[in-house]
Amino acid sequence: MNRHLISAADLTRDDALLILDTADELARISDRPIKKLPTLRGRTVVNLFFEDSTRTRISFEAAAKRLSADVINFSAKGSSVTKGESLKDTALTLEAMGADAVVIRHSASGAPARLAGWVRGTVVNAGDGSHEHPTQALLDAFTIRRKFGRSAGPGPGSGRRSGAPGGALDGLRVTIVGDVLHSRVARSNVLLLHTLGAEVTLVAPPTLLPVAVGAWPAAVGYDLDSALPKSDVVMMLRVQQERMNAAYFPSVREYSRRYGLDSARMAQLPEQAIVMHPGPMNRGVEIAAEVADSARSTIVEQVANGVSVRMAVLYLLLGGAEAQS
Amino acid sequence: MHAAKGAKGSAAAPPAATPARGTPATRKAVLEAAEIRRALTRIAHEIVERTDGAVGVVLLGIPTRGVPLARRLAERIEQVEGQPVPHGSLDVTMYRDDLRLRPARALGRTDVPAAGIDGAIVVLVDDVLYSGRTVRAALDALNDLGRPRAVQLAVLIDRGHRELPVRADYVGKNLPTSTQEVVRVLLTEVDGEDAVILSQAAPAATASTGSGT
Repeated sequence: MNRHLISAADLTRDDALLILDTADELARISDRPIKKLPTLRGRTVVNLFFEDSTRTRISFEAAAKRLSADVINFSAKGSSVTKGESLKDTALTLEAMGADAVVIRHSASGAPARLAGWVRGTVVNAGDGSHEHPTQALLDAFTIRRKFGRSAGPGPGSGRRSGAPGGALDGLRVTIVGDVLHSRVARSNVLLLHTLGAEVTLVAPPTLLPVAVGAWPAAVGYDLDSALPKSDVVMMLRVQQERMNAAYFPSVREYSRRYGLDSARMAQLPEQAIVMHPGPMNRGVEIAAEVADSARSTIVEQVANGVSVRMAVLYLLLGGAEAQS
Repeated sequence: MHAAKGAKGSAAAPPAATPARGTPATRKAVLEAAEIRRALTRIAHEIVERTDGAVGVVLLGIPTRGVPLARRLAERIEQVEGQPVPHGSLDVTMYRDDLRLRPARALGRTDVPAAGIDGAIVVLVDDVLYSGRTVRAALDALNDLGRPRAVQLAVLIDRGHRELPVRADYVGKNLPTSTQEVVRVLLTEVDGEDAVILSQAAPAATASTGSGT
């Protein structure tokens, strides 16, 4: 595995499966009275968040703490960034403090990749602009795998990779719906789910698809109603109004009519299909409240799984001997 | 090269000259399937004896090969006492003291019987006792799971060279070795056959599958 996790494309199929299998085992400790492992004792993880975040930051913090790492939280508000400090100077400050890993969220695509060139520690991308959000893709893949019974079996787990561990997502049909253009979640998911063998279809208004979407390993469609009956998983994306500085669709109501998931649309899904959303949701825009709260929805599970997956990532990147980058 | 190694133990009849599969000519089977069976039966009886009928005993195998050994011991104790014995697995990877010496490795399964371990006599089961570091890690791992009344240790092979003050309560066979040698326990559930193999550490092979520390 790479020393950093910048893009879901950095992960080979074996890397991704190793992370998911590890997360399967780590998920079990959240049922224990003592939800803590000593593995990263004495290591420092810095959460460097230049952009607002609730679940990702808390999730990384919980993951690092459960592995006994020391966690330093940094948010751009209330820091020297508001005085004009550059990313590089901030990075050098962290370096001087001996950060073993930096978890970074930034509004600029590519910021984590730049940071990786400046610090000695491991860099984990927690979302950069409209580029990537690899740990979200991993937790989505983890959730899908559990829901479709492909996780590491309940039998006696052999510690070896070749034995009983869980499978990939071969043949599962995943439909990702909505604001693909601004979505780092969509990009990371397309890359990772493709690596894991799923068939991904993007459904969006043409204005909300990136120019180069033809080069992505995914099919593209514009009609949600025809895609739903052929979907095992529907992933609804948030309409990112904060990144929209132009009119991408005539009105929120029209968007919701054509691309929102309401109960009538949900009824078209195959019986075993699940509904996902990375959060935060715009209830009533891309997803109706009754769908978000339905039994098919995995939205709350996704959050819980986020901690296990991020523990697995931190353990595999920081827990062993320093990997060659 | 098929003679049982060392002066100890019942030097059972060596098997017919089967070509050792995939291993160099230094392979030496020090325990055959029948001896493993007998050793486990004896350990099971010793556990019953030392724990007054295995009441309150929980057997926890350390992955990979401790887990099937724990299951086999549980079956034997049940045959003797007529009571099922709770058994499970305890992965110690996250508690090891040598994590930073090798790339991060895959985790094994921890599967503790539903009744938990509070107040129980936990018998840790592993294939090979060597430095004692795995057992130390296991004691730490147990500490996070509950508070057993007592912890005991059962191993199929004790090969010596302890680096920590650790001692086994039940030993299948004491096997004097040099640190240059590799002891591999093969079990049907994992490897398709039962045997304990002693071989010279080939320089290239040491890093790969050498089990048991």
